[in-house]
Amino acid sequence: MSHFDWLSELLARYQDEHILVRRGSATALAPAHLLELDPEDWGRAAQVAAGYACRWAGVWAEPRNEDFVITAALAREGDHLLLRTRVPLSAPLLPSHTPYFPGADRMERHAQDMCGLVFSDHPDPRRWSRHNRWAPDSYPLRKDFAVDSAPLPAEPETDYAYIQTQGAGAYEIPVGPVHAGIIEPGHFRFQAVGETVLNLEQRLGYVHKGIEKIAEGRDAAGLAKLAGRISGDSTVHHAWAACMAMERAARLTPPPRAQALRAVLAERERIANHLGDIGAICNDVAFAFAFQQFGRLRELWLRDNAACSGHRLLMDCVIPGGVAADPTPEQIARLRGAVDPLRRELAELYPILDDHPSLEDRLATTGILAPEIAQRLGTVGYVGKASGQDIDLRRDHPYAPYDRLHVTSPLFTTGDVEARLKVRVQEILDALDLLVTLLDTLPGGPVNVPWQAPAGGGEGLGLVEGWRGEILSYVRFGGDGRVTRFFPRDPSWFSWPALEQLIHGNIVPDFPVCNKSVNGSYSGHDL
Amino acid sequence: MLRILNKIWKTGLITEDLPAGADPVLEQVGAQLREGIARQFQGSLAIRQVDAGSCNGCELEIHALNNGYYDIERFGVHFVASPRHADLLLVTGPVSVHMESALRRTWEATPEPRLVVAAGDCAACGGEFGCSYASRGAVSNVLPVDAVIPGCPPSPLKLMQGILQILET
Ligand code: SF4
Repeated sequence: MSHFDWLSELLARYQDEHILVRRGSATALAPAHLLELDPEDWGRAAQVAAGYACRWAGVWAEPRNEDFVITAALAREGDHLLLRTRVPLSAPLLPSHTPYFPGADRMERHAQDMCGLVFSDHPDPRRWSRHNRWAPDSYPLRKDFAVDSAPLPAEPETDYAYIQTQGAGAYEIPVGPVHAGIIEPGHFRFQAVGETVLNLEQRLGYVHKGIEKIAEGRDAAGLAKLAGRISGDSTVHHAWAACMAMERAARLTPPPRAQALRAVLAERERIANHLGDIGAICNDVAFAFAFQQFGRLRELWLRDNAACSGHRLLMDCVIPGGVAADPTPEQIARLRGAVDPLRRELAELYPILDDHPSLEDRLATTGILAPEIAQRLGTVGYVGKASGQDIDLRRDHPYAPYDRLHVTSPLFTTGDVEARLKVRVQEILDALDLLVTLLDTLPGGPVNVPWQAPAGGGEGLGLVEGWRGEILSYVRFGGDGRVTRFFPRDPSWFSWPALEQLIHGNIVPDFPVCNKSVNGSYSGHDL
Repeated sequence: MLRILNKIWKTGLITEDLPAGADPVLEQVGAQLREGIARQFQGSLAIRQVDAGSCNGCELEIHALNNGYYDIERFGVHFVASPRHADLLLVTGPVSVHMESALRRTWEATPEPRLVVAAGDCAACGGEFGCSYASRGAVSNVLPVDAVIPGCPPSPLKLMQGILQILET
């Protein structure tokens, strides 16, 4: 099967619907295919794509001169299709994609809050990323908005219209933004009857740090540093996605050794996070043994990171043009030597997880995300794979070095906490296999090429399979080699709404384990 | 069950002694510490961690303080769920403007004498995010800070040494 062999059918459907594709390009934002549309067709183009089983993968806007340029990403069979249109800044109106793709809801509201774009038929009129610290009619991503604009006075946000419940015995539990643990902040509002959750509403945006705005004007190295701090647990993957976008914009290819080392770092990041999550999921159902054991393995893994890269979480290892440092033969031997001991430990621990009846009792059938809902929300990563969404970029549209590796990906359809745990369990083993191949066949040569900003500006798209799932990163450079637009789309945009769905009908005390099994990034979402 | 016991027995005790003669970790030690307030908590220090806008990297390393290698509880240091039970707020991140009032209210809910420690470069000086329309930068721009533990993120060992040095100051 070759790439984009589904595209002609979609284009035929567009033609049947009289949706005019003004221009298409397979190269401008490769490997994605770009289609330019009239704004009037924006909504119907999404409707047709939804009817053709496309996945919705993001939207971002950028003010350019007198216009907004709006780009939305769709995906199918591992290929990405970008729809692009323009509306005048003076009349920034566009049909919404949310009626056809519910996963678009919050990102469109984010674009509204950040840019002042209006999605005319969006079903939810409420703000999202803006709380109450900048005025409703000022938009941070407009070019006339100063990055250091003074915020409005600090007051708790009291005017957000949460969904209300009424009825005998129904009550509300507000939680957060400061949570009762060492976790990121956000607000959850539960409506419950007895122990049963009727509805959960999330209010996020508390850790909005203006990442898109402060990216503007940075050089490539500065953007890579920032991208590595979008979500601390995904530092390798976000930096990789941003660097990939920048390198594509600059028509620069990192050397083979750099690509292989990036994958080594990325698979190590995947394993570290999954180890932590498996322990934490078990801890949330009071299985302290597994929490301690997996915490121990994670710690050892991070110490190897520190010994071989200088950083426990691998921050700043991925740089534009390659990776920052070339590991010594001893360091490579240490990384290779860490694989088999971890396999042996897992061979002892996994059977214990498998045959522990009280664990199964708590995890199986808890927090079910039905495959149809996962599909409608565009859920990716382990949350998607646990609910029948067989999506993995490393396999479906492999980028170097995965194009020379055999990538397998687990798939379950039960959609419960247990399935999300099992995906992680298997992904660790698969990642260890990848590490063996990568380290045993590490190409020689340099680990980076000098960065050269694209002369006259340019744009690029980065796509990587992060440990939470697909990360999409868009970068545009101005003629001065400085970033004019950066939009990193973390997979958490789709797993947070999935959490709202999968908690229905579960008991309130199971929320922590459901939440942990999804483990959305607040910072990666709030930007 | 036997397999679990066997694994526990095989794993043994992994907790490590603190390296002797550690360099001072704390920066910008404030008046409260110099007055020896922290010594009053000796033997039992309750910490409420507050993420005021972090990238979550600092949280990952604070978490590690509870793994078997560091086991910070052996020094009487424990993390609590409510600021009302806390002696010390361990604050991470640049303070996002959306977290500013929640951070301040958490501090107000903490009984005196209360200490504030800014953990990580973002909390220390704003880090990669600095001050902007969305970020107030350093924690000290919002609350009186008693001590700073630098690093991006500070390693668990640095965090533990920093917290223990507070108790000795
Ligand atoms: S100091 Fe570093 S790890 Fe900590 S919140 Fe800031 S960027 Fe993240």
